[in-house]
Amino acid sequence: MTDSRATALDFTPAPAAAPFGRMVLAQAGAEVRATLRNGEQLLLTLIIPVLLLVGFSLAPLIDIGGGSRIDFLAPGVLALAIMSTAFTGQAIATGFERRYGVLKRLGATPLSRAGLLLAKTAAVVAVECVQVAVIVAVALALGWRPAGSPLAVLQALLLVLLGTAAFSGLGLLMAGTLRAEATLAAANLVYLVLLGAGGVVFPLSKFPAGMRPALELLPISALTGGLRSVLTGGAALPLGALAVLAAWAVLSLGLAARTFRWE
Amino acid sequence: MCTSLSDFHSWVIESAKRAGRRLSISGHAGLRHGAAGAVPTLVAMESPAVELIDLVKRYGGTTAIDGLSLRAERGAVTAVLGPNGAGKTSTVEICEGFRTADAGTVRVLGLPPGRSALRPRVGVMLQAGGVPPAARCAEWLRLVSRLYARPLDCAALLSRLGLTEHARTPYRRLSGGQQQRLSLAAAVVGRPELVFLDEPTAGLDPQARHACWELVGELRSAGVAVVLTTHHMDEAERLADHVVIIDRGRVVAEGSPASLTGAERQLRFRARPGLGLDELLNALPDGSAAKESPAGHYIIEGQVGPELLATVTAWCAAEGVTADDLRIERRTLEDVFLELTGRELR
Repeated sequence: MTDSRATALDFTPAPAAAPFGRMVLAQAGAEVRATLRNGEQLLLTLIIPVLLLVGFSLAPLIDIGGGSRIDFLAPGVLALAIMSTAFTGQAIATGFERRYGVLKRLGATPLSRAGLLLAKTAAVVAVECVQVAVIVAVALALGWRPAGSPLAVLQALLLVLLGTAAFSGLGLLMAGTLRAEATLAAANLVYLVLLGAGGVVFPLSKFPAGMRPALELLPISALTGGLRSVLTGGAALPLGALAVLAAWAVLSLGLAARTFRWE
Repeated sequence: MCTSLSDFHSWVIESAKRAGRRLSISGHAGLRHGAAGAVPTLVAMESPAVELIDLVKRYGGTTAIDGLSLRAERGAVTAVLGPNGAGKTSTVEICEGFRTADAGTVRVLGLPPGRSALRPRVGVMLQAGGVPPAARCAEWLRLVSRLYARPLDCAALLSRLGLTEHARTPYRRLSGGQQQRLSLAAAVVGRPELVFLDEPTAGLDPQARHACWELVGELRSAGVAVVLTTHHMDEAERLADHVVIIDRGRVVAEGSPASLTGAERQLRFRARPGLGLDELLNALPDGSAAKESPAGHYIIEGQVGPELLATVTAWCAAEGVTADDLRIERRTLEDVFLELTGRELR
């Protein structure tokens, strides 16, 4: 405290909120930095997806039933990356923000709750951009040849957007109702289960026929299936997948909005 | 005239409570009745920083706040004192908009709490936490500052609070006192009109405590209203224009530190424990009181003057003891506080 007299500060009240856009940008920037700096988050969002992509495409560990392994894997790993950021990462980070009183403290600043949610969404999308860039680059290097038509890209974007909304809703639903430690455990468990049962690296066709209809209703299955059909086959708009994702988005966001506790 | 210690004690408590009630009523009698019916016009006029009327807050079956009324003026420091569980934090958090009252009127800068219009105008320091553990000190302050249109200079504020060399330290690795100072910085960085500080100096070392007090003094000079809760009587005595002592969710006394401690003086000394006070009381003029609390510490209240001093020293001589550390002093806020809220541990 040696310099306590050194600086004159003018405390005369001059209260005013920053413009909405600047507040959202500031908060989103802080969230992106926090994610990229956090080791566990990086493991989840980048390292695991890239390892799965490289490992399963190079080694014949899985039987995808004909076709190029990388063409099968790349869309699945993209879907996994979206889930890891929008759902797992967001649930854990938000759960602990609630526990540490960060959400409460931010509630006493001019940043509104809508602004905070917008900032979180922007941060998730920004991290997803980094993930997609890295995963697509690695996949291309491994010989991935996706359908690159503008229509296919547009359809893929639409799927990613709906997937992000659905997974964000699920993540916030968890973070806003469970204790932070419970969220941590549950979010990781759900991540593992969906990784195994959502057609990410193991094709759904390998599961018993009786289970398949149920598995296809999972948000991760809809996202992997949808991305795969659009990016591999250049197929028409996968309406089924879009409908499943939209339903999850509406349901989870609606429930999260009703149940979220900020403290 | 009290003859036993317990009589004396209850007499002190009763009279202090009467004094407290008198104080709080005489201070605001007109305002209370006027304010209850005149809230809309108060908004138009220069409303007080905080006005609470008959506030009630219950958690399940327990009543945390039980008809509490208080007023904090603009440009003044108001200290809310009370034992643990008295309802201090609940009261402040209702003003901050974090909790809602079950009954009563709450006006913050003339508005109901929680309004978005209030957010830029009110700075908040939580009792603990509120910062992501991994966030670096300067980064967090900069983030908060960017939510305001005309914030203070972050570097200057950090330097002012002795945090410059910890600018890149993550919050979780700051000491408790450094964490408190960062929270204080974040509460004022947006240049608010009113700040709520919930136990701002808890866990601070003496240097940091003085720096915090200095800052509060400057806020006040700059016209910022400060409402703080504290356990430290010296803090309230030193900083506050207005002290509100609350206990069990009610105001038990309020006023300026001087009006609460009163003009009364006491004679204090130390001697062997267990001296017979009855004889002393017989020798003292009517209206005097004597007690031993804690053992070996004697306090004589009354017309403290040469006569009383002579009586006491004569009694000491008769008892064959030397009065040690004999002092004549004003009651402290701590005396008043303990008289009002009791000595039992909560």
